[in-house]
Amino acid sequence: MRADQILHPTEAGLYCPPGDFFIDPIRPVPRALITHGHGDHARAGHGAVMATRQTLEIMAIRYGADFTQSRQTTEGVLRVGDVSVSFHPAGHILGSAQIAVMPDKGPKIVVSGDYCRAPNPVCASYEPVPCDIFVTEATFGLPVFRHPDPLSEMTRLIASMAEFPERPHLVGAYALGKAQRVIALARQAGIDGPIAIHGALQRLCDYHVEQGIDLGPLVPATAKEVGAQLVIAPPSAFASAWVQRFRDPVISFASGWMAVRARARQRGVELPLVISDHVDWPQVTQTIRELAPDEVWITHGTEDGLMRWCELEGVAARPLRLVGYEDEPE
Amino acid sequence: MRAFANLLERLAFTPARNAKLRLLTHYLQATPDPDRGYALAALTGDLKLRAVTPGLLRGLMAERIDGQLFAMSYDFVGDLAETIALLWNTDRDEDVPLREAVALLTDTGRARLPAAIAGMLDRLGPSQRLAFLKLATGNMRVGLSARMARMALAAMGAPEVKDLEEIWHGLTPPYQPLFDWIAGGARPEQAARAPFRPVMLSTPVDLEQLQAFDPADYVAEWKWDGIRVQAINDGGTRRLYSRTGEDIGGAFPDLIEALNFEGALDGELLVRRDRDVATFGDLQQRLNRKTVSRDMLDSHPAALRVYDVMIWQDRDLRDLPHRERRALLEGADLGSDRIDLSPLLPFATWDDLAALRADPPSPVIEGVMIKRRDSPYVGGRPRGPWFKWKRDPMVVDAVMLYAQRGHGKRSGFYSDFTFGLWDGPQLVPVGKAYFGFTDEELRELDRFVRNNTTERFGPVRSVAPKLVLEVAFEGLNASARHKSGVAMRFPRISRIRWDKPAAEADRLDTLKAMIP
Repeated sequence: MRADQILHPTEAGLYCPPGDFFIDPIRPVPRALITHGHGDHARAGHGAVMATRQTLEIMAIRYGADFTQSRQTTEGVLRVGDVSVSFHPAGHILGSAQIAVMPDKGPKIVVSGDYCRAPNPVCASYEPVPCDIFVTEATFGLPVFRHPDPLSEMTRLIASMAEFPERPHLVGAYALGKAQRVIALARQAGIDGPIAIHGALQRLCDYHVEQGIDLGPLVPATAKEVGAQLVIAPPSAFASAWVQRFRDPVISFASGWMAVRARARQRGVELPLVISDHVDWPQVTQTIRELAPDEVWITHGTEDGLMRWCELEGVAARPLRLVGYEDEPE
Repeated sequence: MRAFANLLERLAFTPARNAKLRLLTHYLQATPDPDRGYALAALTGDLKLRAVTPGLLRGLMAERIDGQLFAMSYDFVGDLAETIALLWNTDRDEDVPLREAVALLTDTGRARLPAAIAGMLDRLGPSQRLAFLKLATGNMRVGLSARMARMALAAMGAPEVKDLEEIWHGLTPPYQPLFDWIAGGARPEQAARAPFRPVMLSTPVDLEQLQAFDPADYVAEWKWDGIRVQAINDGGTRRLYSRTGEDIGGAFPDLIEALNFEGALDGELLVRRDRDVATFGDLQQRLNRKTVSRDMLDSHPAALRVYDVMIWQDRDLRDLPHRERRALLEGADLGSDRIDLSPLLPFATWDDLAALRADPPSPVIEGVMIKRRDSPYVGGRPRGPWFKWKRDPMVVDAVMLYAQRGHGKRSGFYSDFTFGLWDGPQLVPVGKAYFGFTDEELRELDRFVRNNTTERFGPVRSVAPKLVLEVAFEGLNASARHKSGVAMRFPRISRIRWDKPAAEADRLDTLKAMIP
């Protein structure tokens, strides 16, 4: 069976005809395999969903228990239609997985979803999965992206909090994954006191704690007086009246995009923190070298840069030009 | 240079001035000499280094990265130095002293420069690479003025901003004597010619506060709406400083050429065509230019209107009383038609002055300055010896109700107008105004009154309530004596609203809400 008979892009997302399923479909489908719980990959309304237990639980938190009619967690190698599939840690957020699609006869395809190879205290580390075709994201697919050690970014945050002790520091971080990672990093960097969290983060933080991830003392940032200098909130909160309760706050944002000054300026960020849950350029190129697949498919992001690199390296590559995935989901 | 790189990064993203100052002060406190001095000079644009061209930097990249990947990266990042800082591939991150980077960019010959820059970049982490490349391309863009630099320095120790201003223009990077002084050492000698001297500033005042003072102790002059400057000729060295000590002479070669005196004068920079002082808008067109065209010099000639003198013929006059400095100025040859003396205003009472202030002879006047006759010239903003009484009128749109004929020059004209505001369906008189309009406007108003008279009471006519007058005034009191309950201070007609229907004039409540 040819590779594009096993998996090919459609308007709803990547489709596997022999298995009759979609991977991370952007509209409701009868059967979906989902890599991780971010909103643009995990949507409600599918007939059946297969994902890691944690991704299923996260989807239930976000969409309610009835987000799908039937669900299946992933253990070992499973049979779906006429193909076998297996899930492997992707190192992106809690529960995130790569999906290996193995036809009985034909190339083994690994769909990495979003993945990251930097150590992350809130999720299992990326695991390389040998394959014939590697489907990779290219969110940060340009050689300018070399994400620094996230702990060094925390050092900058702590320095700013010491330099401006009277100013609350509001760190924008996506509600699922990034927010908990920033909190865990802050703990690792030595911030022991209470950290305030915006209401939109509460349930997902609780869930991380239930999963055995220590986030330390968290207090709500919903009160009129917020009892912490460090406040974590989803970036969308910065445009709302919620911010008005803070006096002269330092607005910060934790994202891989903060590596580029123009991006930080667009967001009106005073303290950009380069903390990313995606592979940067050295990681994505190293992963492709390591896996040495016959072919690389690039799902979304700045694919031109990675395409050019593959061309220079003599690696066969093609862009899938999937639509509907955000650079970094809100 | 790691701390310098951090500072640059923070300054670039920090909008608030006070936060910027704190960052800079902390950096200066924590950084050894001479690095902090070089950093300061780099931030204020006073560090003269070999300018590294974009071409040189692109050449370095061409040897190191695929052209297409570079182009995509540059396109995404949008800034050459930043693109290269991000792309440069090295695992090292030495904390290279800033002085070493400065030495490299000062001493390296053209032929060796590319290799030297590459060698430096190889040793640096990303934020230091960006700092180094910004230094090399002379493009800091962190919005730090020399004034802010001095404020940050003043926050470190004993010398105040005005002390720092006084010696600033004699200093060169890395400012070792300056930092020694801040640490408690000796004050650096002012070696430079035509140094800036701290400007004497005034505090705001109003009519009520003035009642506490005897008008006889004070002189007054117009507050011209230009730019306060210090103009110096020190043995042939000519300088024009803004009041914060920035050297702005480059944009005003015509005035520099006219500084044909020996001394240091305090005055207002204006655009003046013969006797007519042009608006601030005209002056603005002359500001912040690297070169001034011949046409601009002709159409927008710069002039100086002198308020005070600090140094004259090598004599420091700042300790003398104002009256003596003024007397000297009045007897002095200022050496050029472009330079004249700001006239003193005749007044016996504060009310006299209030009347003058309320009706200045030029729109380029923004109030009056009031100075104690015995005041020495003291840099900074001492409370008391000098006041500014700015024109800052409140305005309402009122309807003309009555007009009275004037006297003297205005005999025969209906020139005193009573105006009113809406209170429910009625117009209630709130005040009277008899100036603020031109002679031409007076004729038009007179014609209006005559054509719209409804009743006559001797010299007074009542008019159909249909002309809206924009009335400006200096203050407002609650008053039991007036039917409206309010009394305006120095009301005058600031505009005639021929266009505005009377029904849209302001309401009495609007005026009452302005009572302080």
